[in-house]
Amino acid sequence: MAKQPNKKQEPETTGHEWDGIQEFNNPLPRWWLWVFYATIIWGIWYTIAYPAWPGIKDATSGYMGWSTRANVAESIAEAEAANAEINQRLVSAELAQIPEKPELASYASSAGDAVFKTWCAQCHGSGAAGAKGYPNLLDNAWLWGGTMEEIHYTISHGIRNEDDPDARYSQMPAFGEILSDQEIEQVVNYVMTLSPSYDPQDASMAEAGEGVYLDNCAACHMEDGTGDQFQGAPNLTDAIWLYGGDYETVKHTVVNSRFGVMPPWTDRLSEAEIRAVTAYVHQLGGGQ
Amino acid sequence: MAQSQPETPESLYAAREPVFPKRVSGSFRNLKWVIMIVTLGIYYVTPWIRWDRGPNLPDQAVLVDLANRRFFFFWIEIWPHEFYFIAGLLVMAGLGLFLFTSALGRVWCGYACPQTVWTDLFILVERWIEGDRNARLRLHRQKKLDFRKARLRLTKWTTWLLISVATGGAWVFYFTDAPTLLVDLFTLDAHPAAYTTIAILTGTTFLFGGFAREQICIYACPWPRIQAAMMDEDTLTVGYREWRGEPRKHSEEVKAGAEQGDCIDCMACVNVCPVGIDIRDGQQLECITCALCIDACDDIMAKIGKPRGLIDYMALTDEERERAGHPPKPIIKHILRPRTILYTSLWALVGVGLLFALFIRSDIDMTVAPVRNPTFVTMADGTIRNTYEVRLRNKHGEERPFRMTVKGDPAVRVTLEGTPYETVTVPPDSTYNQRVYLQAPPGSDAANRERTDVRLWIEDISSGERAYKDTVFNGRAN
Repeated sequence: MAKQPNKKQEPETTGHEWDGIQEFNNPLPRWWLWVFYATIIWGIWYTIAYPAWPGIKDATSGYMGWSTRANVAESIAEAEAANAEINQRLVSAELAQIPEKPELASYASSAGDAVFKTWCAQCHGSGAAGAKGYPNLLDNAWLWGGTMEEIHYTISHGIRNEDDPDARYSQMPAFGEILSDQEIEQVVNYVMTLSPSYDPQDASMAEAGEGVYLDNCAACHMEDGTGDQFQGAPNLTDAIWLYGGDYETVKHTVVNSRFGVMPPWTDRLSEAEIRAVTAYVHQLGGGQ
Repeated sequence: MAQSQPETPESLYAAREPVFPKRVSGSFRNLKWVIMIVTLGIYYVTPWIRWDRGPNLPDQAVLVDLANRRFFFFWIEIWPHEFYFIAGLLVMAGLGLFLFTSALGRVWCGYACPQTVWTDLFILVERWIEGDRNARLRLHRQKKLDFRKARLRLTKWTTWLLISVATGGAWVFYFTDAPTLLVDLFTLDAHPAAYTTIAILTGTTFLFGGFAREQICIYACPWPRIQAAMMDEDTLTVGYREWRGEPRKHSEEVKAGAEQGDCIDCMACVNVCPVGIDIRDGQQLECITCALCIDACDDIMAKIGKPRGLIDYMALTDEERERAGHPPKPIIKHILRPRTILYTSLWALVGVGLLFALFIRSDIDMTVAPVRNPTFVTMADGTIRNTYEVRLRNKHGEERPFRMTVKGDPAVRVTLEGTPYETVTVPPDSTYNQRVYLQAPPGSDAANRERTDVRLWIEDISSGERAYKDTVFNGRAN
């Protein structure tokens, strides 16, 4: 099918020659060239229209006023506007009722998940399992109470901080300055007998420690050691130790005392966000 | 010449030679009419077939519900996680194409390909309006645009456009409830995606069927290239019995006094060809094996009193045998070969596998993802608890109560987040996320062992259907 090339016509060359090899003059197709010029013009327009040319401090902003920051702000505003209605319902709902309402609960726990991962995970861990000194939020042991209202109060005002006059507050004394070394050893042994799975170092010491306990500790931790959520006194009879349940750690706690702090969140989160993260924490498995 | 002169390269671009296929009748043409009616019928009618699935499910027999991620095919419902059914069907389609190609060459191209079917339909319209080949040629060559030419062209293009709109329009009915969409389309209430899809498909149908035609097959479609690798010397394809036809009438040999073959060089085979080739040049890339030249030639052979089949379905091996004076192999022997039998077996194997998978799949299902952050939680009384994110799937058209149980260790108990019961109600035809807790009491083996294998069961209380997933319980590693 292919026709024989026309051999008669002398082809045009560029005039370049290297060792007898000549270069054809094969110019780009005209339309291609025009597209090339058009891209140059378009490129110049682009640098005028959009932020492009670097200056000393910042770059030209472009006459179209386009910026990624403005776009993000717009997207956030859009998302907030889209959630405004359900956030309003979340804020006006009875706290204890939120987990009972499927739509609200589902929204609150996913929104709360995002809040938690942003603001809470640094101390409590991304899986909410806590760490030494930072409570595990998955279990059913609560220092200050695990109902929706109690969790909401704790998140709103925080614990032992000076920023919020309504913060939860309690202080365990450092018994190293109050009790003798022997009394401390006795009471540590006694406390360890209260917890279900830990054996005391010395049974006779533990027996002697009961009196020390009743005199010094029972006021907050209660006579039976079950603690008092009203003043944030931990339950000593459960299997959970915030700082560790071995002899040395418990002794350190008794001698030096412990107090964790948590900031208030009312100034950083909206009420809807606080309620969302409350619902999220409540549904992690330990909510009451 | 000692030094080679540079040569002007010939232009690589060739303008399209318009093709004006002549009307033809015969057995292959009739077969193609039947296939056209059946395939177009299936395409246009399918979305309108109704199928009762109960109150909560669509009643369209074939529906690709993208919004809800469901595919309905009569009594079968496919969920996204069952995409392997689609993959399997694609594998079957591939193997089927291998089978047909190795046995019958480009039979798909010639008979069933939408490009062929719609082009055929467009040519039919063209013939109705502008007349047969000679009339169309005259009209094409007529430079002056008089009233008659304008009227014929406008009528033709309008009819093509109507067919194109109907083609694009039918496509969108597969993706949503057809009767509702039809009304919405006319009241301008349909989704913009529907209008865009119709517009694009109308454009491509109009362009491909009316103007691009054989150029799609020759330049755009990869299939002609791929198929060459699947054909062999036993593949039946459309060919010319050169040893019987040559030397043809008007040839140099005949003019020089040689005895004329059966071919009278009437050009009937060329005139009917929709891709504009001469089959007597041998098998070529452009040929879609539509077999219309066979009908055309058979007609001529009957008229001049020669046996049919100067142009015919034949294989390369037939050529050797016939040149040697033997009869061709029977068609069945061309088709039944180890290769085609292998393709058929593989095709059937995948098909049986899919059918098996279809029948054993359950209408309730779940996936279990153990939460690993943390692996376990110690509760106040020393109980060890593991958490699992469970997705429950209910494929029934009504809501079902699922009861969750655990087997594997008698000490391990199951509880569900948000409910004191072990039963959760899953809404119709949907997936439900439920957090599930497994708890081992303090001191139990499971609580103290790093790993215990357990099996989670769900049971649809109303029907007794069950499904399970194996997972792991992590205790306190001592």
